[in-house]
Amino acid sequence: MKTRWNSLLASLGSLRTRLSIGKAPYILTISLIVVSTLWVFIDPRNLIAFLLFLTSAWLVYSLPMKRSVKIILALLIALVIVPVLGVRNIFYLEVIFQISVFAALALGLNIVVGFAGLLNLGYVAFYAVGAYLWAFFGSQQPFLLNAIPGTAAPNVNFFLPGDMFFLFLLLGMILAAVVGVLLGLPVLRVRGDYLAIVTLGFGEVIRVLANNLDKPLNLTNGPQGITPIQRPTLATWLQDGLNIILTPLVGHPASEGEFYNLFFYMMALLVIVLVIFMVTRLDDSKIGRAWAAIREDELAAASMGIPVVKLKLAAFAVGASFAGVMGVLFAASRTFVSPESFNFMQSIGVLSMVILGGLGSIPGVILGAGVVVILNLQVLQALSLWLSALRQSDAVIPIINFAWRNLSNQLDPAKYQRMLFGLILIIMMIYRQEGLIPARRRKREKGKDLTGNENGEQAPAAEVKNGAA
Amino acid sequence: MALLETRNVTKQFGGLTAVDSMDFVLEQGSVCSIIGPNGAGKTTFFNTLTGIYRPEKGYIHFSSHSLVGRRPDQITSLGIARTFQNIRLFGSLTVVENILVGMHPRLKQDPVSILFRSRKFRSEEEQAYQQARELMDFVGLSGFGDELAQNLPYGAQRRVEIARALASSPRLLLLDEPTAGMNPAETSAAIALFRRIRDERGVTILLIEHDMHVVMEISERITVMDYGKKIAEGVPDEIRTNNLVIEAYLGRGAASELLNLG
Repeated sequence: MKTRWNSLLASLGSLRTRLSIGKAPYILTISLIVVSTLWVFIDPRNLIAFLLFLTSAWLVYSLPMKRSVKIILALLIALVIVPVLGVRNIFYLEVIFQISVFAALALGLNIVVGFAGLLNLGYVAFYAVGAYLWAFFGSQQPFLLNAIPGTAAPNVNFFLPGDMFFLFLLLGMILAAVVGVLLGLPVLRVRGDYLAIVTLGFGEVIRVLANNLDKPLNLTNGPQGITPIQRPTLATWLQDGLNIILTPLVGHPASEGEFYNLFFYMMALLVIVLVIFMVTRLDDSKIGRAWAAIREDELAAASMGIPVVKLKLAAFAVGASFAGVMGVLFAASRTFVSPESFNFMQSIGVLSMVILGGLGSIPGVILGAGVVVILNLQVLQALSLWLSALRQSDAVIPIINFAWRNLSNQLDPAKYQRMLFGLILIIMMIYRQEGLIPARRRKREKGKDLTGNENGEQAPAAEVKNGAA
Repeated sequence: MALLETRNVTKQFGGLTAVDSMDFVLEQGSVCSIIGPNGAGKTTFFNTLTGIYRPEKGYIHFSSHSLVGRRPDQITSLGIARTFQNIRLFGSLTVVENILVGMHPRLKQDPVSILFRSRKFRSEEEQAYQQARELMDFVGLSGFGDELAQNLPYGAQRRVEIARALASSPRLLLLDEPTAGMNPAETSAAIALFRRIRDERGVTILLIEHDMHVVMEISERITVMDYGKKIAEGVPDEIRTNNLVIEAYLGRGAASELLNLG
């Protein structure tokens, strides 16, 4: 079993080397992009076509190509192909938006768990802080403080203009960071398992607060949640201009809702780019090295002159701030928040993305977010649809003579989200603890290469060696 | 001039007095050792010096600073670096990164210069890498910089730990059993390295050591601890013939036998 697995890995490795030679990666990637884009365009509901498209985006990252080519292809996919396909089938835009939201969350959690080694099981609380901040100020809620929850008068003005959203992105970031520090101050005295338990409790406290802060003052509108929440206004000239391009490509002009989806997708993308920028730079500095040292051996780190508490707080604050921004974005994009969006499963979901992708690995964490969201939103859904179709037919399982229509509703795969997270965590712990794309230390004894070109060309060779070993 | 001076330092764990009224003076520029049987309180004494434990009584002065109540990182910033009895490297970091972590308190990068890669940041990082390379040359690890620390052989890991400690430019280096587990060739290389650390870099060295060969060869003064107390102090020849010391190591009966034979 083990040897067959190894030989499979080895043959995959040699396939990779063959695909990495000369022009092969360029031809493969570009042709896959073209084919999958066309396929998705022609058959927008086909899951396999969409997965193929995402794979082509993945190849842009993983195959060895010139950096400039990679950047151009990535920009093309992110800024042209995805919006066009997204307007063609709005569900894909939703999937990709969710991937970007969770990728940003996972990148933030990765700082806390992957870099500094502090297991945080209540991470989604910071996301809730950002979301409720804009939900409160961006809705009519400030005027309804004394109203009975759920009976909001419809003819109340909004508290702030919708364009304040942009300011609140920043405020959400700051508030979440402050909450992170406030939580960190008492909590970071405990380590390891105890820290995990305390943060888990904190996550629940925030959710329960959101649930119950509808009295004495109605701040959160309780379990009903707050709605409507404002979105920023989109300039009409921008919509008209984009429609001139989009209409011939897609076949119909994009509606206002579709424009908002595009807008929030672009905002999420922008946040991710900023987050990656900050994370890579922090990682490659004395702060990142100190985080790694604390993760490896806290006592030794302190003995090397690292102010451990200060740096742990910094990790908490930076991680939390990313969640805060995404929270504001989430509240505006949904125009609705309720406590149920911030339950424990969300924290576990983000954590399983980080672990699946690879603790401390930036590309890994993004891949992890993609895989988990797609499994959740698409694969499980597709299985559900397939099962319910079977249930409505007269089909029978042959040998045991079991009619599909008698199958219990409890077996609906869409309900298997928790099992999915559990399986991911168990399988990764057993077979690949370092994640899909393990974090690599930079190799540059000979001095720093500050052009940012971090021996990407040699990466496949190392991979092959690992595969063959 | 005394670089380090402790007076009446006492550290208790529940009913056990691990370090009992230690008076200790270390001269600037010297190489001294603390010896004693297992469980004598040597490492605990180191841990009180470096701020990992806070002593119940007594005071510790290091070049006109009081150390009691300071955190380990603050004490390191004042100029005391250490190595550990069981090597405590950052295993999944490379050798260079381990040494750069040791420089942490000296680097003046702030978040803004880190995010924007300011000129100051880049030149400081370049200098740091340069110094890390020099330190690797100094301890004899040239070319190993990109290896993960956990992949190095035992003796090399010890040297990385010393390089990492030296990276903070300490005035005092505390070595906790630095030659434990080394073969004779590695041990004599280590002794030579300690001498060079003192002679070329002017670092005062205090070591805990069980290998009497090392202790006698390198120490200018030796302090002997047993049951948390200082039982003897002096130059190597005095310690070698001290009855209390021999008793502590061999037990009263064996010691008297040995002396009778001698």
